[in-house]
Amino acid sequence: MSVGPVEFDLARDLFPLAAGVLAALGCGLLGNFLVLRRLSLMGDAISHSVLPGLVIAFLVTSSRGSLAMFIGATVAGLATVVLVEAVKRLGRVESGAAMGVVFSVLFALGVLLIEVASARGVDLDADCVLHGQLETLVWFSAPDHLSDVALGDLLRAVPQEVTTLGIMVVVVLAFLGLFFKELRIAAFDPALSTTQGFHAGIMHYALMVLVAFATVASFEAVGSILVIAMLICPASTARLLTDRLRTQVWLSAAIAVLTASGGYIAAAAVPGIWGKEEVNAAGSMSVFAGLLLAIAVVFSSRHGVVVRRLRQRRLARAVVREDLLATLYRASESGRPGTAITTLSEGRAPRLVRAAMRVSERRGDVRVADGRVVLTDRGRRVAKALIRRHRLWEHYLVDEAGLPPDHVHGTAELLEHLETLPPEGPQVDPHGREIPGDG
Amino acid sequence: MLGTLASAGGGVTVGEIVETLLLRTGFNTRMVIAGTTLLGIASGVVGAFAMLRKRSLMTDALSHATLPGIALAFLFAPVFGLASRSLAVLLIGATVTGVLGVLCVQAILRLTRLQEDAAIGIVLSVFFGAGVVALSYVQVNAPSGSAGLNAFIFGQAATMQARDVMLMAVLASGALIASIALFKEFTLVCFNDSFARVDGWPVSAIDLAMMAMVVLVTVAGLQAVGLILVVALLIVPPVAARFWTERLWLLVVLSALFGGASGYLGAAISALLPRMPAGAVIVLTAGVAFGVSMLFAPSRGVVAGALRRLRLRLRIASDHVLEAAHDAGADRIERVTMREIADLHGWSAWFAWVVRRWLIGARMATGTRDGIVLQERGRRRGRQVSRNHALWEQYLVSYADIAPSHVDWSVDLVEHVLSEELIRDLEKKLAQRGEALPSGSGVTA
Repeated sequence: MSVGPVEFDLARDLFPLAAGVLAALGCGLLGNFLVLRRLSLMGDAISHSVLPGLVIAFLVTSSRGSLAMFIGATVAGLATVVLVEAVKRLGRVESGAAMGVVFSVLFALGVLLIEVASARGVDLDADCVLHGQLETLVWFSAPDHLSDVALGDLLRAVPQEVTTLGIMVVVVLAFLGLFFKELRIAAFDPALSTTQGFHAGIMHYALMVLVAFATVASFEAVGSILVIAMLICPASTARLLTDRLRTQVWLSAAIAVLTASGGYIAAAAVPGIWGKEEVNAAGSMSVFAGLLLAIAVVFSSRHGVVVRRLRQRRLARAVVREDLLATLYRASESGRPGTAITTLSEGRAPRLVRAAMRVSERRGDVRVADGRVVLTDRGRRVAKALIRRHRLWEHYLVDEAGLPPDHVHGTAELLEHLETLPPEGPQVDPHGREIPGDG
Repeated sequence: MLGTLASAGGGVTVGEIVETLLLRTGFNTRMVIAGTTLLGIASGVVGAFAMLRKRSLMTDALSHATLPGIALAFLFAPVFGLASRSLAVLLIGATVTGVLGVLCVQAILRLTRLQEDAAIGIVLSVFFGAGVVALSYVQVNAPSGSAGLNAFIFGQAATMQARDVMLMAVLASGALIASIALFKEFTLVCFNDSFARVDGWPVSAIDLAMMAMVVLVTVAGLQAVGLILVVALLIVPPVAARFWTERLWLLVVLSALFGGASGYLGAAISALLPRMPAGAVIVLTAGVAFGVSMLFAPSRGVVAGALRRLRLRLRIASDHVLEAAHDAGADRIERVTMREIADLHGWSAWFAWVVRRWLIGARMATGTRDGIVLQERGRRRGRQVSRNHALWEQYLVSYADIAPSHVDWSVDLVEHVLSEELIRDLEKKLAQRGEALPSGSGVTA
């Protein structure tokens, strides 16, 4: 099999890819609730401070036996959560600073302990805690083709890291499935959640336990930095794409899977273009996560930069068009039959005015002849409704908001473009001009 | 754990420790210790402002974002005809991507609806991931001389050359001097940025200057402390100093002191015990300063707070006992009565014993074999409490519209916080209304 310029080699690629996808999926799902509750950096703190737990477990048991290390790391992760709470409450320290203190000191302890451990001739590498060791998950006796794989062989060959990650994903899915409603209420309204009978504090700790669990399960394979990326990036990306939590959770799962596989492929494929060796896969996945996020920031159909820019431009143009129609209407009120384009351009960009006139003419709102602009009947109706809104607003601002009559024009000039109508008023505005009737 | 530490430092004599601490060591070690001390002082000062401006974790994003810059500078330095192993070149690369990272955080905050924590986490992990990618690329494709780059992650003070230390010292002292020069501006922005803006100060420029100081200190500390732990130098000392004082100048001085001491002790210990990485030891030293501050600082410390609460609880409890005695008209409180009072208020036997000791210690009562006997002080306090109780009860009924049956429990809570001024005021008010006052002859203090 080949993906682009890269050969997919079962022996080399199957388990790293599986580990990456599983880690991304589990962390990505949990991340939704971290991002919503502004706890993103708790993931950062936990993934830094599991280091001493790992090393202590290692020093105590003198083996890389995973269960002990797993327990050590989980305990350290939970200790982080409790310590951060304690420093925040007892020390009245702001939460960012509290996390910073706890995780940096614990991480320093971990680094120191690693050196102490290696003094005893034990090899523990701090680097692999950061970068992960996806590349070591090789399936030595893999057949050449996927179709030749016997299920029994595959199951026997699955590395323990991948099994752990699989269990983690199942636990996370079960937790989200069972407690989705509770998590949602606790995320948006902790007080309501508590009054409805499930304590928001307990949900908080349950979530934190799971985050610690997911972090520990993931980072042996993919490294702590990728864990942070996966906890935060897919959920953030999904949050830019939708306003519904359920959709966001599904989207984040899809994005997480896409991130892991895309990042893995890119790690070999992109350097391959120039004939270079492959780069670190976990790092490449984080970069890929950032890339997807950047795309969402720019192109999201809901909150994207492009869409917002377009929306703003459309609004700005509509405002200019309406303002011009209103100007023409006012001119016709004082009996002049048409207005010169040059007059209309005063105080506005000529380019915008010309564009607005073109659109208005196409719509049949105005007629342009010999450099003079005249409202058509249709244009007059539109302008009349606008002027009516403007003068009603002026009346409202003077009568209800108590503004002096010479201060309300500017505000009314903005409000007239809104859909909402001010309450009905009298026949004349504060300046003594007639308020046109409805229709 | 102490055992492992002891075994790591087994061969060091007391003489060597003193020699190192007094800087009577080799030239290089002396330089490194002096350099990290200066770094600690500078980051203590800069970090204090960063903490007050709630930018503590922004520095975390910044320092992680330096990694790709280091690797890219190494990769591209030869293109510009520079030596790729030169520390200055690498640090320039680090500065560029670090600043880029901070700008990205701000762009995410401005362009999207994501919160600051998510923005920081995104930048931190994505930039660090890019750094890991770049490093792995360098190591595979341009392996010559790239071995030292990894050292920037965890720091390697011991292998620093005199020239590197000089660079670090220059950067750190630059940040230190600039922060002191801009002390007033930083203070203003930290405490009331909207006032500063209204008053015509260039707030964004001051913020930018503050961030520049943070960048300087971070970049200066990269080689000695490593990019993951350098944030600790900016975060931990000011948070520790915060426990001791409410005054800004003292906070900054203490923070500099904690930072400097951590840098000094950390580098010295690491010089003595070759196994101990300087960055980690420096941060742990700062961590100890933090732990001690949080527990034992006089007014904001945990122990002081617990003692304060305990004292208040004891005062309230002993008031209950004295009031009960006064209301019963007895001078002697039998052991049995004491137990009844304890049961009424839900005290443990231990707490009841402490209350008894407290009453005796405050010379309110003397202890006898089967109870306590009230002294004049205790009798007076009992009368006073009982009278306050009655005053409040009537106040609540007549002013706060609380049903008489609901009065008593709230009375128990408030009578202990009643100031004497308030009592006189109440007394007057009630007298004006012609309410009957319980006798308080000679008790008003």
